[in-house]
Parts: sequence; C-alpha cells; structure tokens
Amino acid sequence: MELERFELGATHYKESDLKEGKLLSLPWTPNLKYAWDNGVAIGRYLAELKEGRIIARKCNKCRRIMLPPRMFCEMCWRPTDEWVYVKDTGRVNTYSVCYVNWDASRIKKGEKPHLPAVIEIDGASPGMGILHLLGEVEPEDIKIGMWVRAVWKKPEEREGAITDILYFKPVRR
Amino acid sequence: MREKVAIAGVGYTAFTSVSPGVSYRELTYEAAVKAYEEAGVEPKDVDSFVCTSEDFLEGYSISDEYCNDQLGAVLKPVQTIPGDFMHSLAVGVMHILTGKFDIVVVQALSKASNMKTIPEMINFALDPVLNRPLDVTPYAVAGLEMNRFLEEGRATREQCAAVVVKNKANALLNPLAGYGASITVDHVLESEPVAEPVRLLDIAPYADGAVVMVLCSERVAPSLTDRPVWITGIGWSTDSPTLESRDWVDAVSVRLAGDMAYRMAGVKCPAKEVDLAEVNDEISFKELQHLEALRLFDEGAAGKATEDGKTSLEGTLPVNPSGGGLGVGHLFECSGAQKVLELVLQLRGEAGARQVAGAGVGVAQAWRGIPTTSAAVAVLCAD
Ligand SMILES: [Zn+2]
Repeated sequence: MELERFELGATHYKESDLKEGKLLSLPWTPNLKYAWDNGVAIGRYLAELKEGRIIARKCNKCRRIMLPPRMFCEMCWRPTDEWVYVKDTGRVNTYSVCYVNWDASRIKKGEKPHLPAVIEIDGASPGMGILHLLGEVEPEDIKIGMWVRAVWKKPEEREGAITDILYFKPVRR
Repeated sequence: MREKVAIAGVGYTAFTSVSPGVSYRELTYEAAVKAYEEAGVEPKDVDSFVCTSEDFLEGYSISDEYCNDQLGAVLKPVQTIPGDFMHSLAVGVMHILTGKFDIVVVQALSKASNMKTIPEMINFALDPVLNRPLDVTPYAVAGLEMNRFLEEGRATREQCAAVVVKNKANALLNPLAGYGASITVDHVLESEPVAEPVRLLDIAPYADGAVVMVLCSERVAPSLTDRPVWITGIGWSTDSPTLESRDWVDAVSVRLAGDMAYRMAGVKCPAKEVDLAEVNDEISFKELQHLEALRLFDEGAAGKATEDGKTSLEGTLPVNPSGGGLGVGHLFECSGAQKVLELVLQLRGEAGARQVAGAGVGVAQAWRGIPTTSAAVAVLCAD
C-alpha cells in the first residue's frame, strides 16, 4: 500500500522520504572547466578596463558607437571601423532590486540587495552601454534616467575584467 | 525528377589546435563572410539560418542564443541543432525542399581548445546511474568496440594503423589541416596505450575551426553560382544509447543513414557509383567500420583495401583525402562540416595537391562521437 502512494499521486513525496532512502536517486557534480578566448574586440575592451578606460567600436555605415565593442556590425554585416574611447559616466536605462543571490538563495538579513542596472554610457550610441551594478545609493533613491559614474578598483587591483569597475554611483548633473 | 539542393558557397577557417587570437564569434564571422562572398549573398537575402551548437561544448547553457550576431542572423528566422553540422545540413535541405525557402545558411563551430576538461565532458555523456560510477575513461567505449570489431575478423590491428598513416599523410597536402604527419604503422602500434586496443595515435586530436555554407534551391542556383555542388541525398539515424546492449561490431545507424541518403539520391550500388568519401575517423578503426556500413566495401574488406592503397589519394576509392579527423583534427559538432567542405572542394576541382582525379560523386558521413550512435550521411554531386 505504501508503494501506491508513490505511484498514484504526483505530490505525495516528503523530504523525509528522500532522507530515509525510501526514494533512490544518484547525485553527481560535474567537473567542467572552460577558458574562453576573448578575441580581438572583447580582449581590447578588457585590456582598456584594466587601464581605467572604456573603449567602444564604431561602424562607419550605421554610425553606431558600440558597447560592448565588436569587430563586425551585426546589423550592417560589415567589419567595424574604429576604436573610440567613451566616458565612464552614463544614465540608468533600467535596473532591478534583487533580494536573492545568483543561485536563488536569499540574501542575509541586513545585507543590502543587489542592484543590477543597464547603464547607457556617454559617448556610446543610445541604447548601448554596460550591464553593471549600482552602489552608494539606496534602492528607493534609484530612478530610471539618473546619471551615474563608474567607481573603479585601484589600478594595482585591476585584472582586465568587467569587475575592474566596482559599481556605478549616482552623480549630480 | 529527383529533388536536390545546391551548395552555392562555402566559408571556412583553418583547422588549428588552438585559436587564441579570436573569439568564437570572430572565428565564425570569418567563415560566414567567405561563404556569403562566394555565393554573392548578404544576410538580408537569407531566408533561414540553421546553426549547430551543444551547450556543454560551448560552456554556455542555451548556447544557441549566441549564434546569431556573427552570421548576420539578428532578427531573422534561426534555429539551432544540438548534433553534428550534417544534422543541421539535413534541416537546411528540408527547409529548401519545402519550397518555402530559397536560400538557407548552415553553420558549425569548434572551440575545442576552450574546453579544459574534455574527458570529463565526454564522461558526462555516459549514463549517470549505470556507467559513470565505474570511473572508467569514456575512451573505453571505443576500446570495447574496436576489440569486438577486431575479434570478429573485420580488420587487423595493423590495418587500423594504416588508416592513421594514410590520413595523416593526406593532411600534409591540406593547408587547412593541423595534424599532418609522415608516420608508419609501427609508430601507431607503439604509441601510448589509451584504452586497448585503442592507442594514442588511433585517436583524432582536437581542433578549432568554423564552417559556414550557403544552400539554395535549384530554382535560384544559377543566379548564385556557376559551380554548384549538389546535395542529392541526405539521411540520418540514431541507435539506442544503451552500452549494455548495443551492437559492438557494426555501425548500424550509419548503415541506415547511408541507405536513406542513397535512396533519395537514387544510388543503387554505392561501391560502383561513389568516387570518393569523407567518413568519420575519430578513432582509426571507425573509418573501416563506417566504410563498410556505407556499403562502399564488403564486410571485412575495408582494412585490406586500405593496406592495398585502394583508399589512398590515387586509389580506386579515395577516403578522407582531407586528412580526416586524424589529420585535420576532431572538430566536435563541426566535424561533419569539414567533411562536406572537403567534398565541395574536391567536386569543384579546387583541392590542390590532394585533388582526386575524376571526382564526380562523393559521400560524406558524420558520427557524433563517443559515446553516441548518431550518424548523418550526405551524397554530393558535381554539376
Ligand atoms: Zn553598422
């Protein structure tokens, strides 16, 4: 009769059934590692971040100044033409206030929520920029369209990664 | 009249052990630009894109979402096949044969050098409950199969080694190939044992590369190319995955995929009608097993034919003139693309120092690799 409970119902399992070994399963943790070649465009982008600069790539046909940079324009289908430095300031295109961590675990009590935001960077084409984090701001004070500036890691701590920028903080304009 | 689809343009990178200078996007872009240039098309002219991508090979989940930009396929009809390029090719052919699509782009890519745990990744493809806990190398699957193949008298160990010698020699004539070498049967037999009887030199080493092809309908072919190569037949098949009860001697799915392709192409006697073949040789003996499954040689005859030089560049049926996986490299989901590419070059008479004389009908065959049983076969014809 005990088996019937498992066979007929879809929701009759209890956590204790698993713990007591009434239901057999086999756990497995894969060991998979990758190291992606950044290539020309993203390689240069990261190298510039290490120097505390943000670089974009311009397509002379559609005239977009693209962030992240790319060696070909996906809309015009042609190689891009020039490297263009852009500012480390911009405006919040959109943001979210996250009370769970990346793995869906809840943030600890008293811990500040994560504040991911898409920043349209000054000097890049409208709608293009950086997905990063906001800092030095309370969630309730964030407004779409607000001006922000990058807060960088110390030069000696930068490693050529998107995290060489710690976060973007509000600035007055 | 039989249905057929044209290959109007091919684009490709070299096949190399590493490609650190370019991202996977930039690698693919190079191949796409060349293919479109050859066919005289732009992405706006393309009716459908078919990409090939497997999450664990790319290191992304939902990796198909990352295929578009580098093909000019943004905001266009796109779909992605988790299989070999030749499975994608089959989809592209079907799109065109519906009559609703005239121009279809098919793509595949290998960034094998970016996978740092390939044995673990292949191991991860084994059954987690019954096979993985035994902690044996996934190459054991090849060893088990090769051993039974040899036991059945289908080939000798030396004949399998002769496949490696031939293919690595062919690769020396292929400027795209990364693993050409001038070696002897003894080199293979004395190389490090991996999963006996499989030794190190029996295994195709990994390589990076990208291939893009422009397919088109018979109707528009004349406006795209004056040197079309025709896909006249295509087929695919997959056996049961169960290692405990699979056929350890014959590549049954290759036989069925081949028969499907031959039926469509109207090929009645493959051994007589086919001029050259590019078949999967990820492990040396697989070339022999696959040739027999494709009815290009009788059971047990492919090994002897290899020893006798019949499958060499000057032989009666040249096999893997490109160098195959053993000479070009194992390109994972791009493996079949390299095979079709070689046939296109051969059938157009553009294969340079490794050109096969009188190449008119070619067969390309893909296998999805250890531990799979997935196969795809295409019959290609010169104009
Ligand atoms: Zn553009």
